[in-house]
Amino acid sequence: MAEAGAYERPGGLTSALALLTARPWRMLAGGTDLYPMTGARALVGDILDLTGLEELRGITLSREGLRIGACVRWAEIAGASLPPALAALQQAAREVGGRQIQNAGTIGGNLCNASPAADGVPPLLALGAEVQLASADAARRMALADFVTGPRQTALRPGEMLAAVVIPRAGLMGRSRFVKLGARKYLVISIASVAVRLVEREGRVADLAVAVGACSAVARRIAAVESALRDAPLAEAAARVRDQDVAAALAPLDDIRATAVYRAGAAAELIRRAVADLAVAKPAGDSDG
Amino acid sequence: MAEVRFTLNGTSKRVAVPPTRRLSEVLREDCGLTGTKVGCDAGDCGACTVLLDGRAVCACLTPAAQAQGVDVLTVEGESPVLTRLRAAFLAHGAAQCGICTPGMLMAATALLLAEPAPDANQVEEALGGVLCRCTGYAKIIAAVVAAGAGPALAPVVRGGVGVRIERLDGAAKVEGRDLFGADLWPEGALMLKAVRSTHAHAAFTFGDMAGWHAARPGVAAIFTAADIPGRNAFGVIPAFADQPALAEGRARFRGEAVALVAFEPGAEPDLSDFPVNWQPLPALTDPTAAMAATDLLHENRPGNQLTQGFVRCGDADAALATSAHVAEGEVDTALVEHAYIEPEAGAAWMEGEVLVIRACTQAPVMDRDDMAALLALPSERVRIIPSAVGGGFGSKLDLSLQPFLGLVTLKTGRPCRMVYSRSESMASTTKRHPARIRARIGCDGDGRITAMEFDGIFNTGAYSSWGPTVANRVPVHATGPYRTPHVRARARAIHTHGPVAGAFRGFGVPQAAVMQETLYDRLADQAGIDRLEFRLLNAYRDGDRTATGQVLDAVGIRDCLMALHPHWRRALSDARAAGGSLLRGVGVASCWYGCGNTSLPNPSTIRIGITRDGRLMLHQGATDIGQGSNTVISQIAAEALGLPVGAFTLIGPDTFLTPDAGKTSASRQTYVTGRAALAAGAGLRAAILRLGNWGSDARLTLDGPFIRANGGAIDLSALPADDMGYVLRAEESYDPPTMPLDAEGQGKPYAVYGYGAQLVELAVDPGLGTVRLLKITAAHDVGRAINPMLIEGQIEGGIAQGIGMALMEDYIPGRTDNLHDYLIPTTGDVPPIESLIIEVPHPEGPYGAKGLGEHVLIPTAPAILNAIRHATGVTLSRLPVLPHRLLAALKSDTR
Repeated sequence: MAEAGAYERPGGLTSALALLTARPWRMLAGGTDLYPMTGARALVGDILDLTGLEELRGITLSREGLRIGACVRWAEIAGASLPPALAALQQAAREVGGRQIQNAGTIGGNLCNASPAADGVPPLLALGAEVQLASADAARRMALADFVTGPRQTALRPGEMLAAVVIPRAGLMGRSRFVKLGARKYLVISIASVAVRLVEREGRVADLAVAVGACSAVARRIAAVESALRDAPLAEAAARVRDQDVAAALAPLDDIRATAVYRAGAAAELIRRAVADLAVAKPAGDSDG
Repeated sequence: MAEVRFTLNGTSKRVAVPPTRRLSEVLREDCGLTGTKVGCDAGDCGACTVLLDGRAVCACLTPAAQAQGVDVLTVEGESPVLTRLRAAFLAHGAAQCGICTPGMLMAATALLLAEPAPDANQVEEALGGVLCRCTGYAKIIAAVVAAGAGPALAPVVRGGVGVRIERLDGAAKVEGRDLFGADLWPEGALMLKAVRSTHAHAAFTFGDMAGWHAARPGVAAIFTAADIPGRNAFGVIPAFADQPALAEGRARFRGEAVALVAFEPGAEPDLSDFPVNWQPLPALTDPTAAMAATDLLHENRPGNQLTQGFVRCGDADAALATSAHVAEGEVDTALVEHAYIEPEAGAAWMEGEVLVIRACTQAPVMDRDDMAALLALPSERVRIIPSAVGGGFGSKLDLSLQPFLGLVTLKTGRPCRMVYSRSESMASTTKRHPARIRARIGCDGDGRITAMEFDGIFNTGAYSSWGPTVANRVPVHATGPYRTPHVRARARAIHTHGPVAGAFRGFGVPQAAVMQETLYDRLADQAGIDRLEFRLLNAYRDGDRTATGQVLDAVGIRDCLMALHPHWRRALSDARAAGGSLLRGVGVASCWYGCGNTSLPNPSTIRIGITRDGRLMLHQGATDIGQGSNTVISQIAAEALGLPVGAFTLIGPDTFLTPDAGKTSASRQTYVTGRAALAAGAGLRAAILRLGNWGSDARLTLDGPFIRANGGAIDLSALPADDMGYVLRAEESYDPPTMPLDAEGQGKPYAVYGYGAQLVELAVDPGLGTVRLLKITAAHDVGRAINPMLIEGQIEGGIAQGIGMALMEDYIPGRTDNLHDYLIPTTGDVPPIESLIIEVPHPEGPYGAKGLGEHVLIPTAPAILNAIRHATGVTLSRLPVLPHRLLAALKSDTR
């Protein structure tokens, strides 16, 4: 048996941050990434279990935007009543693993695990999401795009934890789609995943956010596509997605799931489909801000 | 340690455990509830699903401390929803091997609590996180719908041959009481871990093992090849036995065990610093290169060739040269992993002088004999008790951890147990042979097949396993069930430094079918004949002679193809009428498959006895790995004996209690053991009728210690008991009448063949290269359907495996040793399946029954490839058809 490390499951953020200041801990939330990494019967090392922290829970809308606590589980996101702009995030929430994973895995864990194929990241990038980082000294906030710095790498500093994801007001505009491509239907690591958020005005694309996952070390926004589609008539928008714009923005790999060439092309195709779908589908009550 | 208090199935529970101990471990080890199964320890299979305050989660990913104050419900719990689900699972035949059943039941419970009347789509989605390798999911989904608001099926528990009775061993499976390899262990048993090669080919020496051991007080003992008392070479075919239980100085594949560490419970050592020095050596991974290499895996096998199978009749070259049409092609298939949800597991202990090994297996008597040789014990000192088997599909025919269990218990005198991790299971056990096949087939101007030339190279990996069987079976089956006057077919099994390729549902025939059936589609097109009509034109009929010179009888392939005919017309018309951006395609493929060993004896023996107090005991040694032999053999015996199936008490399998019913492989149990059961049932009936002086039509009843009929009775308690405690006993054997194959492959390799054909409807997304299956219609000739519900379950499950082989499964050593990189179909990947059961009785089969278990997988992959070609015009030669491969083919347009 692995040597027993320390384990704490504090009931409040202050005590959790005090622990985190004192020494390094592995932070545990839903466990859906930590346990698969070990064959052991229990986790190894010092474990700080964040699931007792009320401050990291709940989805709340304020003047500032929408706050999703880091320990909010995917199933909670999928089941919440959220603005149409978050439809992509909710779709992604239903495709992260199976129900069992969605019932345990958290949005914060997904971001901190920083897998290139994390399904939660493209929708959040398309929402312009920011992350709230807490530490005993100070809180700070940064764009999600700056937080995930590489495969399995984040900007989290010693003593810091991810407290919440915040979607600024501007990100709550429009409607969105998430499309995931895998070699089977459920429980599958994405070959490519795409999130598109579209703000419509008078039949045209007023604003657009496009993000692609699993095709580069970190999921990316595709600025060239976004600018190419801005002001396009809705009916023509999908046709303006150019393969070369998508390919130039990505750095896909050849791996067991697909070739790099395939990934880049599939990402463009998925973007076109998401845009086309958004162009025709206008859910009731979607005022596009 | 942390004290965790929670409610477990309605009872408050308090355990002191490490706070991050997996909840699955807490439930199984600390609470003694083994109904929660562990299939992967990674959240990839869902077998360990439990409810936490009504939420379905993987117990393997849940820290014990997070159960604090929580209401935990496991499969052993009681709730009205669970009760309804259990009944529905039994009535629908939703549990086969039963290893995924607890996870399925718990995931379904969570769904029904939230949505009391779900439709099939909702069920499919809710169960998408639980993998099943046996059922193909259809019956599971139907059962959950029925347990909600759907019409409930009435339970059928009585009936002889032809009746859809529930599995006789089903109740334990749906109540979490069935005991698999990991579920039973003696108190204080030592635990085992193996040190394995991380190189495909390496020489090795050991360092300071004594020092390493001394620094780890929990380690009880270390074993290497030097400790093996007998012949350190096992194998399912004795003449080829070559696989060491623990390698001696050289590891020939990644995952091969080189040392074994036994430790006290709770003292699991980290093996990453075990003192072994590796010297990596060049690895032969490609069989073509291995054939030319001077480096031999086994010195006595030049060209690294294990064996070759060969069949020749007529003059294929001459006939092809004069054929009106010839189609030629090549296919490459992948390593396919069995991916049963139960990783290998078992325990061993001594009973006096007898070594008892209880583990998951498909072949208890073969295990006994190989273990006796490895441990230098007389076979009567080895007792093999198969555990419930959580899926086998061929891989559990070979020894896996039995040598480790036996060695440790024999050497230490202490009980021990071992459970493979998922990655260990995938890395170290057998696979389906990757095959590289070239073939040419010709036909005349009317579409009649003239000749075939077939050459297959089967990568058999490091050791022999079932390589010889694959090499011998493939040429016999190379033509498929079609008249082919001139044939030259060869299959070679070639060693490489790769995973041991062994038995996997079909013994190489599924790979061969991919070649032949895709060529037949091309030939039909060349001849301008409808693809189904082409097959009907050429299908074997009674009296036809096969390539081995065998004259066939009771041939069912035409009946299968005719049964598909209306579906074929409808499907083609639907495909033509479909609009939209997807490309619709329809494909068909056939199979035939010889039941039982190829030209080798494989007898089965069944014993039935009645005790003085009127208990009817069926000694049933055919291991039920989910396919249903416990039920089918009982139905046959009951029919022959004339007593209800519920009257039997099943004994075994257990090499001390049951006569040898052979291995569960080669689709032989229903046919071969079934014939033995028929004979034993009939023999016992004859004895009863003689004793009671009753006529052959007497209706027997068993009434306590009396057998009654025609107003009379036999008082069993007045009869003398024999040495087994039986007052009446019958024991009968059956061995299929076959004849050896000569050097030209001429002979009678099988007494009975089964036949089938499948029709696939699908849509290809030309933008992404993805394939969506719409429907599969499967017609299978089973001779006589002993239990139609179990037959449907076999068909649906075999098709699911065929889908995996065609579209997603690709085992890459060291890279896909888990169930998230190695993909098998989920609930969402298997389309609706319509089974058409065809009955062309065979005179050798019990009540006419033929085998089915492997047949069902054979046509699926080629039918999918044929449908893809129909949809797109593209001929694919490499499996699996991953989206990127199909898209690349579409873009390069190989039409």
